[in-house]
Amino acid sequence: MSDAHRVVITGLGAVTPLGNAVSIYWHKLKAGASGLGTITQVQGREELNQKIAGEVKDFDPLKYFQERDLSTLDRFSQFAIVAAREAIAQAGLVFDRPLSLRTATIIGTGVGGQTTLDDAFRRLYFERKSRLFPLSIPKMMANAPASQISMQHGLRGPAFVVASACASATHAIGLAFHMVRSGTIDCAVTGGTEATVTFGTLRGWEAMRVMAPDACRPFSIDRKGLILGEGAAVFVLEPLEKARARGAQILGEIAGFGMTADAADLTAPDIDGMSRAMEGALADAKLTPQDIQYVNAHGTGTAANDETETKALHRVFGDHARKLAISSTKSMVGHALGAAGALELAATVMAVKEDIVPPTIGYLGLDPACDLDYVPNEARKMRVDAAISNSFAFGGLNAVLAVKKFA
Amino acid sequence: MTDLASDVIGIIAKKKRVEKPAVELSDRLEDLGLESLDAVEMIFDLEEKFDIQIPYNANTNNPRTEFETVGDVVNAIEKLVAKKKS
Repeated sequence: MSDAHRVVITGLGAVTPLGNAVSIYWHKLKAGASGLGTITQVQGREELNQKIAGEVKDFDPLKYFQERDLSTLDRFSQFAIVAAREAIAQAGLVFDRPLSLRTATIIGTGVGGQTTLDDAFRRLYFERKSRLFPLSIPKMMANAPASQISMQHGLRGPAFVVASACASATHAIGLAFHMVRSGTIDCAVTGGTEATVTFGTLRGWEAMRVMAPDACRPFSIDRKGLILGEGAAVFVLEPLEKARARGAQILGEIAGFGMTADAADLTAPDIDGMSRAMEGALADAKLTPQDIQYVNAHGTGTAANDETETKALHRVFGDHARKLAISSTKSMVGHALGAAGALELAATVMAVKEDIVPPTIGYLGLDPACDLDYVPNEARKMRVDAAISNSFAFGGLNAVLAVKKFA
Repeated sequence: MTDLASDVIGIIAKKKRVEKPAVELSDRLEDLGLESLDAVEMIFDLEEKFDIQIPYNANTNNPRTEFETVGDVVNAIEKLVAKKKS
């Protein structure tokens, strides 16, 4: 494939429950640290049954923004902007007018500005106020993070938000990848953001009865469900040809993207939909199953997802499934919903770049229904030339990205 | 049949996925075609109706093994309601 049609990552930024920069995030993932803990930042938390989440900590908005700008920046936009700044700074790009016209901003998010929505509802229905803050609507709209990033950096090409619940970021990055590969654009600032560790959202997840009370233990015996997380990760994508021409540092190559719909059940995972998405990503990347060493699993820690994902991995990889290193970094940061795919792609890119696979922490032992190698509890030093990152959403919407070591 | 039993039957009947004119205490939950989210919705309806809290995690609890029949559910609800009153 010509260099014009290969897509590389030249910048990466992240705000996560493990730390608010990629270097800290990756350092702690390798160490098997947990970003999950007692909820400390949610108004009304003492009333909640759920006590544990993966909150972004030590994130003082005034460190990053002027006070007057915060009236339009929900927490999910703040995360996205901070991650985008880090990614763009690392890429070292200057968006002059010609490049800005050909740069896309495509961000995935599940549900929009929930902090603002919760605050607005509390004000209306609980405090019985008759007025909302004037900029509540543009602050909470789902497309706000894409708009805010494009405004901050003057990115004037295609800009929008993709919503597919837990696959939002993977869909967003996949679309950006295809647009760069096809030559529709010359650069993309893309990723995902979510800030839904809020009273209303936690109550909603409580009602589904799928959250674990203590820890997220993907693929493990005695796993009790998912833990909510939050955060953002943003990538700068460029054609290899252009990245090379300007002497950019190349972190990795996005090689393929697959997406499918189950067209079956709204919430139950589906082996067929998952398998076809993985196969689609491999085919798009022109990789065989045997080319893959690492899978960053969707691995939510629910009984149903982890068993179904394991079956799908068996179906796609056959005998090679037993040779794969598979891990769920949700064990360390929780499920950041619309941002999850971006946080996980960041982990995948770093694993491929540094030949270290992050672990699945909290793993207690073998569940016969989950019989593969989930890199339990400790990171593993191993050669990783190619990997996939899985995202499987409520609504039966699946998206998988394939990453190759850049060489 | 007690009022409580007929209320519980009414809640379960809304979620059944098989053609059946009436739900009875002896009916097995499995035979009513209830799926995992049906259980979550039923539990919500029962909690709302009787103002009780039913501990339930969809990952670790399986209503089909814990409660065989509609009557078993009625008994469990009776206990929770009695506990609330005491």
